[in-house]
Amino acid sequence: MKGTYILAIESSCDETAAAVVRNGREVLSNIISSQIALHTLYGGVVPEIASRKHIEKINPVITEALAKANMTLDEIDAIAVTYGPGLVGSLLVGVAEAKAIAYAAGKPLIGVHHIEGHVSANYISHPELEPPFLCLVVSGGHTHIVMVEDYGTYRIIGRTHDDAAGEAYDKIARAIGLGYPGGPKVDALAKQGDSEAIAFPRAHIEDCPYDFSFSGLKSAVLNYINIEKMRLRDAAKDALRTDGSAKIDPAELVRHGVPTGGDAEGTEACPETFSDGTTKADLAASFQAAVVDVLVTRTIAAAKAEGVSTVAIAGGVASNSALRNRMREVGEANGMRVLYPEPILCTDNAAMIGAAAYYEYLRGNVADLTLNAVPGLKLGER
Amino acid sequence: MRILAIDSSAQVASAAILSDEAVLAEYSVDYRKTHSQTLLPMIDEVLRMTETSKEEIAAIAVAAGPGSFTGLRIGAATVKGLAMVWNVPVVPVSTIAGLACNLAGTEDLVCPLMDARRGQVYTGVYGFEGSTIVEYMKDACVTIDPLIEKVNSLGRKITFVGDALAVFRSKIESSVTVPYSFAPIHLAKQRAASVGWLGLQLLAEGRTVSAEKFVPTYLRISQAEREREERLEGK
Repeated sequence: MKGTYILAIESSCDETAAAVVRNGREVLSNIISSQIALHTLYGGVVPEIASRKHIEKINPVITEALAKANMTLDEIDAIAVTYGPGLVGSLLVGVAEAKAIAYAAGKPLIGVHHIEGHVSANYISHPELEPPFLCLVVSGGHTHIVMVEDYGTYRIIGRTHDDAAGEAYDKIARAIGLGYPGGPKVDALAKQGDSEAIAFPRAHIEDCPYDFSFSGLKSAVLNYINIEKMRLRDAAKDALRTDGSAKIDPAELVRHGVPTGGDAEGTEACPETFSDGTTKADLAASFQAAVVDVLVTRTIAAAKAEGVSTVAIAGGVASNSALRNRMREVGEANGMRVLYPEPILCTDNAAMIGAAAYYEYLRGNVADLTLNAVPGLKLGER
Repeated sequence: MRILAIDSSAQVASAAILSDEAVLAEYSVDYRKTHSQTLLPMIDEVLRMTETSKEEIAAIAVAAGPGSFTGLRIGAATVKGLAMVWNVPVVPVSTIAGLACNLAGTEDLVCPLMDARRGQVYTGVYGFEGSTIVEYMKDACVTIDPLIEKVNSLGRKITFVGDALAVFRSKIESSVTVPYSFAPIHLAKQRAASVGWLGLQLLAEGRTVSAEKFVPTYLRISQAEREREERLEGK
């Protein structure tokens, strides 16, 4: 079958991934080796451990991607690799490997921006999609509203001033004892709760109508939990102080189920119910509603201002069910088409890198043997 | 038959092409750590200068560790990519043994010292019987005092090589009781020719691994793992 076949490699964080993509749109294979279980022990991604795992997995993942696509390296037209942004040690493994393969096989090498990859995942899930469109990119490391003016031409319209949306999810998940990774776990718990139970703040940033801030929301949620913990501790102390002594053995508190603090695995005890009648699920739902609310209203407002009728979502948080549903609901109410990739293409993967690389390849944007990992690579920069 | 040899375990980046009879090319740079950008162009250079085709390459010898974690991985990923495409085996060579081979044939013992930070060195002790390398102390990540004790206990003249000489020179001068010397500057740091020289012997013995299986030898767990172990033991 004629066409352009790209072998793509992605190792920017904690997934080792390789894929074969035809003409930027058709996925022949998409292999992902996830390290999540390993990093759960530490409550988040440990860069050195991630890098060591990438070195172990990268060759088997590439071999499997070629085998699954039923192709040999000879039939591949170009090698693509994520060169930033991300964890430098992780990026370096993919970059060094991709360069060596491209060099040894005599194939062109294409360096791809990780976020451009996430945006391009939409080209795979929606083969008819073409620029211009507006895209909300949300993940553990990124929260951007991006105007996709053409293939490879991006303009950033809004960005976060502090935490990324996914980062806020991870922190709240840890505080309520759900552990890492936070997004899917909070999303699942939120389904059992009332999203209007607790009124958490929605931060507006003056003069930046499309920007985000999640640190105030995060503090509000943590405060809500801490006030309840203090209340429980005080009540328990009063109850235990029957002999008139002022001192209480901490073990005694633990025996009575009073939350004390973090444990070694990085998760913390959190009350299941609060004295105002709300539950942990209400808290998750109310937090999620606050995040989704600002993401959706600002994205739709930006789309109106830009005069585009197509809005896409991309990145790890794009698989969040509340975000997908709300964006579709509000977008469609405003006469817009709302698109998002299937969940396997929202997580870090190499198929999206192959999709983005195809358009670079068409324009002759080929890298040389000095291509380096750029952990802080800016969107649209090369 | 030729082999490609590389070492990117420390500040030096080095690539060499060896045949059974000669070091056909060696390219070493000890100037800033930019291995990610320089290593592959250096490999390209030695291959082109020696007109080596991929069919002539029988194996890739690589300084497998210990050393800078990132440096080792840049070398490892490069080697894994090349060896996968060329379909040749990888010959992992101890970075410490490779350094010792800078002085191959000496009647003295050789003690390579690589700065491992946190007051430690990556080290080992080697000697030579003719052109055969003999291990006197296994590669390890240790503080300098027990190493010097070990060196003194071996009771033989010894030559120190490696990039940690600058850090530990005065300590060695004050504590080593056996006769000792320091390697001259042109033999003091990592050289791919030495990795290749030892690699050829290991290749002849069949001590190779596949591109898929090859991983660096770090000799040290990550900081997060160490802290977690300490926390669990403290419980």
